[in-house]
Order: sequence, then structure tokens, then C-alpha cells
Amino acid sequence: MIQVKSLSKFYGKKAVVEDVSVTIQPRKITSFIGPNGAGKSTLLSMVSRLLDADTGEVLIDNTNVKKMKSNDFAKRVSILKQSNYMNVRLTIRELVSFGRFPYSKGRLTEEDERIVDQSLEYMHLSDLQHRYLDELSGGQRQRAFIAMVIAQDTEYILLDEPLNNLDMKHSVQIMKILRRLVDDLGKTVVIVLHDINFASVYSDWIIALKDGRVVKDGPTEEIIQSSALKEIYDMDIPIQDMGNCRICVYFNS
Amino acid sequence: MRNLLKIIILVLIAAGCCALYLFHDLKGSFDYALPRRVVKVVAMVITGFTIAYATVVFQTITHNRILTPSIMGLDALYLLLQTIIIFFLGSDHIIVTNKQLNFLISLVAMIVFALLLYRFLFKKGRQQIYFLLLVGIIVGTFFSSISTFFQVLIDPNEFQIVQDRMFASFNNINPDLVWLSLVIVGGAIIYAWRYITYLDVLSLGREVAINLGVPYDSIVRQMLIIVAIFISISTALVGPITFFGLIVANLSYQFFKTYKHKTLITGAIVLSIIALVGGQWVVERIFTFSTTLSVIINFVGGVYFIYLLLKERKAA
Repeated sequence: MIQVKSLSKFYGKKAVVEDVSVTIQPRKITSFIGPNGAGKSTLLSMVSRLLDADTGEVLIDNTNVKKMKSNDFAKRVSILKQSNYMNVRLTIRELVSFGRFPYSKGRLTEEDERIVDQSLEYMHLSDLQHRYLDELSGGQRQRAFIAMVIAQDTEYILLDEPLNNLDMKHSVQIMKILRRLVDDLGKTVVIVLHDINFASVYSDWIIALKDGRVVKDGPTEEIIQSSALKEIYDMDIPIQDMGNCRICVYFNS
Repeated sequence: MRNLLKIIILVLIAAGCCALYLFHDLKGSFDYALPRRVVKVVAMVITGFTIAYATVVFQTITHNRILTPSIMGLDALYLLLQTIIIFFLGSDHIIVTNKQLNFLISLVAMIVFALLLYRFLFKKGRQQIYFLLLVGIIVGTFFSSISTFFQVLIDPNEFQIVQDRMFASFNNINPDLVWLSLVIVGGAIIYAWRYITYLDVLSLGREVAINLGVPYDSIVRQMLIIVAIFISISTALVGPITFFGLIVANLSYQFFKTYKHKTLITGAIVLSIIALVGGQWVVERIFTFSTTLSVIINFVGGVYFIYLLLKERKAA
């Protein structure tokens, strides 16, 4: 369980995240939604120690993150940001092998190799594993990075807009994989999403932010309601039930 | 494995260069010429080692393959220091004539300067590395301008001495300084070697590195301090030669095509030893001292730099 206690971040005098307290349930997909500039990514960065919080604390299974060693933290929580530019040329397999770094410090054991194989298999990348990252499409690259995170084998996986720049097919593919990570492997996934329909269809829990504060925090059914969405986005969004999915029709509202 | 073979071949070539330099035309002068040549070779090995290591590490930290650590203004500070000492105290002052003293003063000044500069980095902030570089460029340019100002005013005879310091030279090296440098570099490398696999992760960028459990800020800090120490040592020992690092680092990237710093750094070190020792032999035996090694290095390096820029432009 990840507990966020009154976390704040200021740039100058402007609060980007202000007094946010939320609890992330284990073995569920939790989505952060909200308008641009609501502080979703900042919050995720602070939880994953990419960014220092100005006030407040983050507890993982009741241990303060600041008291954990970087390496131990990396065995429990992984984070994937939206832009992953790098200036070295790596193959997919080399990138995924880096996921084992917290465990083996670059000297892969047979066990590590096996886990790398499994992660590649899981992301359907085994055939492409010796291709270089700069030769891949956006969707394949994103899958390669997720495979690295799977190889890292952490209980908590945090993803910052993993669907950015992906088409429908690849977005669905990624979301289904995340669902399987939770349902089959018992991981806890926290994800920042822009498309509320993906949040509605795939997540168990939704936390909505606006102007640096939490405005809604509850199970998906409670948040995907016209009244709640009005509060979050200032838009009248009708909701249609289609099969098992609740779809927000926001295009002409 | 192919890279291992390449390294072994390069090491053999480097050993061949050293042997050639040490024993060519020795005419049995084991007592006089050989010890002097040994000192020079050791000095070149130290210089090659420090420059290659510092440049590769610096480029990894800054994620930029056409930067050299000289951007932090350390060699500009060295020249300013030498110019000012000669300008105010004269070339016959003990700080100029006593090489040990001069070495220590230069070394301490450069390291203190680098640490002050890093104060900016130690403060928390997101674009801290680029801010550090920016400050380094500005301060370095400032130092160069002041040096030029004093060089214009200085007595022409004294200027000869200053000019002598402006180019790296292996022709007149003090043996005591070589051994002292060897000790410092040895200590630093024992300390730094265990971080070498962390460098592989650093090249993936800050966020991925932190995700993989690398204490990014603290490692970058320690690495930058080692870079400063290495650059200061090579500059105080032979003079400003950081441009050379750009060539060997990029040759190493081209030659090994890997992300593993163990290979890249070792390769760059061996390449720089070949270039320095082999180059010095050419300077001494073929040009018979009519030029200095650093002039050749700057010429070859300049041409290579232009080639890199043209190539990067094509790739973009």
C-alpha cells in the first residue's frame, strides 16, 4: 500500500501540488485523471522520488520513502516517464536487461537472463529483441520500456501517460497488458491517463486532480458519473453504457 | 568478445609505441636517457589516462558527445594563474621556477575553483548540469579575457615564458611531479572504479537511472569531482590539453559501438596512450622537435571535430 500524506510542491510561490493525501490500494489499477496542469505527473514524480516534495511524506507499506535506500526502493517501485530520450544506442534486449540492474548491478546471472526472456515474451518482443530502439515504432519502443519495468519485477509500477502518441490499437494493447500485470501477477499499477475512457474501462480506482488538489477519489463507478466529471473538467459529459463499458461522450459537450 | 579482442590489439599497439619510444636509438644509454624517457612515458600515460577518463565520464553526465571538460574553464583558470604570477612576480620568482610549488598551487587553485563551481550543482534544481556548464563557460571566457589583457601588457621576454605554458608539452617534466600525480590518480581510480557500471545506467538519463536505483545526484557529484581532479592534474602536469579528450572519446565510441563504460573508458585510455606516446615519438624523431605534440593534436583534433559536426548534421 502506498500512502501519500499531505504532499505539496511549489514552483516559486505557485503550488503545483497542494496538500494531497491519497492511498493507493494494492493489486489494483489506480488512474490519475484531471485537466492539463492539474499536477498529476508532478505527484507521480514525487511518489517515485524523481522529484523532492516540499512538504509531506510518502509511505510504502508504512516505511517512509526517504528512509529507504535507492537500490531497495528500485526493487519495490518502478516508474516510467512519458519521454524516454536517450543518447546511447541500445537493443531491446540490452534495455530490458537494465531492468535487472537493482539486483545484479550489471552482471546478469542466469536467473536474470531468464527473467529478461520472460519479460520479452510477456510484451511479445522476443522476435525483435536484437533490434535497436531507434529502429522501432513508438508502440514498440513503449512496449520495450514496459518490458524493462516488468524485468525490474517490482510490486508497484507507476506509469506517466504511457499511451502518449500511441494509436488506438497499441493503446488497447498496452492497457490490456497492464490489466494482466494486475490480475495475473498481482502487481499494483498507478497510471496517469488523459483519455478518461481508458480510465473508465481499465481502472479499478480513479483519483482526479484539479489545480494541484484532489477533487475526487473513489472506485471507477463513482467517478465516471456526469456530475463528478462536471466537477473535474467543467464539462457536461453524458455517459453511455456499452456492453460492460461506461463510455464518456465528451466530443461535442 | 570482439570488443575484448580489439582492446587487446590496442593494448599491444600501445605497448609497442611505449617500447619504440623508450628504446629507439637509445645507443646503450641506460643510465642517462632511459630514466628520462621513462618519466616522459609515465607522464604521457597519466595524461592520456586522466583526459580519456574525464572526458568520457563528463560526456556521459552531460549527455553530449561534443563537449569536453574544458568547458568548465579549468584550463582557462590555469593560464590565468600562470599569466598573473609571471606578470606580478616575474619569471624568476620561486613560484615560477620551482615546479613542485607551481604544480601544487595550480592544482589546489583548480580544484578549489571546481568545488566552488559545483556549489551551484549541489543546490537542488532541475536543469542544474546545464546551469553549471553555462556558469563554467562564462567564467572561463572571463578568465581567458583577463589572461589576454595581461599578456598584452606584459614584458615581451616574460611573455615567452607565458607562451610556453599555453601549450601542453612533455619535453620538460619534473620526475617528482610525475610520481606524485601517479599516486593521486591511482587513489582516485581505486575510489571511482566501482562506479563504472553506474555510468552505463547514467547514460540512460536521469529518470531511468533513478528508477533503476542509482543515487543519481550523489553519483554525478562524485564523478564531477573526479573529473575536476583529473583535469587539474593533467593540466598542471603538462599544460592545457583537454581538446585531446574529445578525439579519443569519440574514437572510442566509433570503435567499440557499445554502451558499456568499462569498454569505452578502457578503449579511450589506450587510444590516448597510443596517440600521445606515438605522437611524441613522431615529434621527436621525425619533426626533430620543430613542433610540439599539442600543436599536432589540436590540428588533428580540429579536423576531426569538423568531421563530427558535418556527420551529425547529416544524421539529423
